[in-house]
Amino acid sequence: MTLTLPPPISQTRGLQPEGWLRYLSFSLDHKVIGLQYLVTSFFFYLIGGALAGMIRVELLSPISDFLPRETYNEVLTLHGTVMIFLWIVPVVNGAFGNYLIPFYVGARDMAFPRLNAVAFWLIPPAGFLLIASYFIAGAAQSGWTAYPPLSLTTPATGQVIWILSVLLLGGSSIFGGINFIATVLKMRRPGLGMMQLPMYCWAMLGTSILVVLATPVLAGTLVLLSFDIIAHTGFFNPALGGNAVVYQHLFWFYSHPAVYIMVLPAFGLVSEILPVHARKPLFGYTTMVYSILGIVFLGLIVWAHHMFTSATPPWMRLFFTIATAFIAVPTGIKFFNWLATLWGGKIALNSAMLFSCAFIVHFVFGGITGVALAQVPFDIHVHDTYFVVGHFHYIVYGGTVFVVFGSIYHWFPKFTGRMLNEQLGRLHFLLTFIGFNLCFAPQHWLGLNGMPRRVAEYDPQFTLLNQLSSVGALLMAVSTLPFLINVAWSAIAGKVAGDNPWNALTPEWLTSSPPPVANWNGPAPLVTHPYGYGVPEGQIDLKAVSGLQIWSEGR
Amino acid sequence: MPIPSAIVTLVLGMILVLSGLWVGQNVNLLPAAASTNAPLYDELFGVLFTIGTILFLGVVGLLIFSLVRFRRRDGDPGDGVAVEGNLQLEIFWTAIPAIVVLFVGIYSYDIYDRMGGMIPLADPHAMHGAMASAVTPASVEGPVSQEVEPRLWGGIGSPGGPAAGMLPVEVTALQFAFLFHYPEGDFTTGELHVKAGQPVELRMEARDVIHAFWVPQFRLKQDIIPGQPTVLTFTPTLPGQYPIICAELCGPYHGGMRSTVVVHEPQAFDTWLASNRPATLASLPPLSTG
Repeated sequence: MTLTLPPPISQTRGLQPEGWLRYLSFSLDHKVIGLQYLVTSFFFYLIGGALAGMIRVELLSPISDFLPRETYNEVLTLHGTVMIFLWIVPVVNGAFGNYLIPFYVGARDMAFPRLNAVAFWLIPPAGFLLIASYFIAGAAQSGWTAYPPLSLTTPATGQVIWILSVLLLGGSSIFGGINFIATVLKMRRPGLGMMQLPMYCWAMLGTSILVVLATPVLAGTLVLLSFDIIAHTGFFNPALGGNAVVYQHLFWFYSHPAVYIMVLPAFGLVSEILPVHARKPLFGYTTMVYSILGIVFLGLIVWAHHMFTSATPPWMRLFFTIATAFIAVPTGIKFFNWLATLWGGKIALNSAMLFSCAFIVHFVFGGITGVALAQVPFDIHVHDTYFVVGHFHYIVYGGTVFVVFGSIYHWFPKFTGRMLNEQLGRLHFLLTFIGFNLCFAPQHWLGLNGMPRRVAEYDPQFTLLNQLSSVGALLMAVSTLPFLINVAWSAIAGKVAGDNPWNALTPEWLTSSPPPVANWNGPAPLVTHPYGYGVPEGQIDLKAVSGLQIWSEGR
Repeated sequence: MPIPSAIVTLVLGMILVLSGLWVGQNVNLLPAAASTNAPLYDELFGVLFTIGTILFLGVVGLLIFSLVRFRRRDGDPGDGVAVEGNLQLEIFWTAIPAIVVLFVGIYSYDIYDRMGGMIPLADPHAMHGAMASAVTPASVEGPVSQEVEPRLWGGIGSPGGPAAGMLPVEVTALQFAFLFHYPEGDFTTGELHVKAGQPVELRMEARDVIHAFWVPQFRLKQDIIPGQPTVLTFTPTLPGQYPIICAELCGPYHGGMRSTVVVHEPQAFDTWLASNRPATLASLPPLSTG
C-alpha cells in the first residue's frame, strides 16, 4: 500500500480568512484565539469598570441618590459577574494560555483547536446575554453569589438569564481547561520533559485541574437554582423544605477555587516576566512547581471560610481556618522565590517589571489580610464588610489585573511586532498604582469600623473615606486612557520590535514577531532551560564588564 | 572598612520587628470595644497586625532595595548571577511561614475558645440541655412556644456558656428591619436594649431571605438564615448606643436595614424594662419602641 494522501494543511488553507478578518472568524489558530480572548475580555473589562464607576459615584454620598436601589443591586451583580467571568478568568486563562502554551510545549497548536474556538465563541454571546438582561427585564439583583432565598425572590427573568450566561461561561472555561491539560500533557515536543517546561505551563496545568474539578459543581448548583426559580422546586428554598446553606457550600466549592483560577495563571505569567527583565534564572523552579500543586490541593478544601457566619459547626470552622491559613505557605514560597529571582539581577525597570513588582506588593498585602480573614474570630467581625471588598480587590485587581497589564507590556512586541511606548507605559503604571491603592486601601478601615458591603447608603461618618476611594476609582478609570492610546498608537506606529526584543530564551521569542501560523518556520526549538539566564557564580560576564571589575573581583 | 552585612541585616531586622510591634500596639483601627469578646478580638487583631506589618514592610523593603540596588545601569547588556535555587534557603522560608501560620492558627483557636466558640464541640448535648432550660420560662407565653425544633448555635458566646440571669430576646429579621421581642415583658421593639454586664441570648429567625446581625462594637456577626433558627449570646460591657447593621445582601433596601442597640447602665435598663412591660401590655398592641 502506498501513502498518497495529500498534506492536510493544504486542505484547510483558503477556508480560514486571512488578514484582520481572521480575528472575527471561527479561527483555529491558537494565537488568533488568544488575541480574540484578550480583546473581548478587555472590552468587558471596560464595561465592568464603568459599572464599578457607577458604584463609586453612588457611594460619594451616604444616601442612596444616584441610582434606584434595584438598579444599584443590578449594577453590583453585573460588576462582579462581568469582572470575574468575562474579564479575569478569560484573560489570564484564555488569552495568555492560548497564545503561550503551544509555544511553551513546542506545539503548532492546542490539542483540540476546534474545541478551543468553540470555547472562545461561547464568550461573546454569554457576555452580551448578561448585559442585555439589564435591558430586557432588569438584570439579576442578588450579587454575583446569587444566594437563595434572595435569588429566588428577586425578579426571575434577570436571574435566569444570569444563570444561563454563567453556565455558558462555565462551559467555555471547562472546554478551555480540558484543552490546556491535554496540550501540556500530550502535545509536548519530543525530548521536552515536564520539569523543563516554563512555569506558566505548570500554572495553567494546575489551574485547569481546578477548572475541570470545580466548575461542573457550579454548573450543577446553578441548574438546581434555576429549577427552584422556574419550576418552584425546593432544593435551596427553606420555605419548601430546602436548605439555603447547602447552596453556599456548593457555590463556594467552585468559587473559592475560582480565586486560584484567577491568580495561579498570574503567578505563572509573573514567573515568565521576572527572569527575563531581571536577567536571572527563576529561583527555585522545583519548589515553585510543588507550591503550585500544593495551592491546587489546598484550594479545593478551603471553601467554607466564606461561610464562617453561616452557622457552620465549630469543627468545620476550625478545619477551614487551618486549611486556609496553610495556603499561605506554598504561596509564601512563590513570593520569596520571586524576590530571590530579583536579588542580584540586572533589573530593567520597564513597565512590565513595574507592574509585576506592584503585583508582589499588592498580593502580599492581600495575602496578609487573607490569612487574617481565615481566622474565625477575626472573620466574624469583618465578614461581608468593605474589609473583604478591599482584600479581594487587592488579590484580583492588585494581583491579577496588574499582572495582565505587565504581561501586555511584555508580550505586545510578540503579538504585533512593535514595542509599546515606555513613557506612556510608566504613566499608565503610576496612575493605576496610585488610583488602585487610593481606591481600595481605605476600604479596609471602612470594613473594620462598620461599613457592610453591597450597600448604597452608609453611616455618614464614612463619607470622607468613601469619597477618597471614589477619587482613586476615577484615577483608575483615567489610567486606562494612556494605555488605550499606547496600544492603538504603538500597534500602528510603534518602534519595530524584532523577533526577540527582550533577549529572552522561552520558545515564543525564538520565532518572528508576529509568529507565522505554524509558530516556527522549520522544526520547533527544543528549550530545556527556559530560564538559563545569567553568568555562573564566580565567573565574569565578558560582555558586560569593565577593567575595574575584573581587577576587583579577581582579587 | 565596610560594616559586615550580617550586622546590618541584624539591625534592620530588629528595627523591622520593633516597628511592627509599635504599629501593632499604637495604631488603633477598630471602633470602641463594647462587649466581653471585643477585647479578645482586639488582642488577636493586635497580634495579626503586628505580624502583618513586619511581613509587609519586610517584603516591600526587600523589593524596593532590590529594584534600586540591582537596577540595570545604562549601557550594561550583561546578565545577573545564574543562581537557580538554594534548597536550604527554600526550606528555611517554607518553615518560617509554616511556623507563623501554625502559631497564628493556634492563637486564634485559643481566642475563639475564650470567646466561647468551641462550647458545642466539647459537648453539644449539654449545650442543648442548658438552652432548653433557659427557654422554658419564656416559652409559656412566648408566641413561638410551639416550636420544638433545635436551634443552631451561633458560634460565639459568653465565656462559661449560658448562665443563669441571661436576658433572652427573640430577634426576627425581615426585609428590611430587625424586630426584638422581649419574652420577659412580652413586648416588641425596633431597637435592642440590653444591660451592661448581663449576658444576652438572641434567638434569631429570618422571615424571608438571609440577613446578618452585626454590631461592629461587639465584634460580632451572625447570619440569620430562613429555616435555621439560630442562637447568639454575648455580654455587652460598655454603655452607649451602637449600630446594628444587616451585613448580608437582602434586597433593595439592604443598606437601610439598620437599627440601634442601646447598652444601658443596670438601673437604667431595669427602668426601661419596667416602663415598657406593664404599660405597653395594658394599653398598646405590642409594637412600640422604647
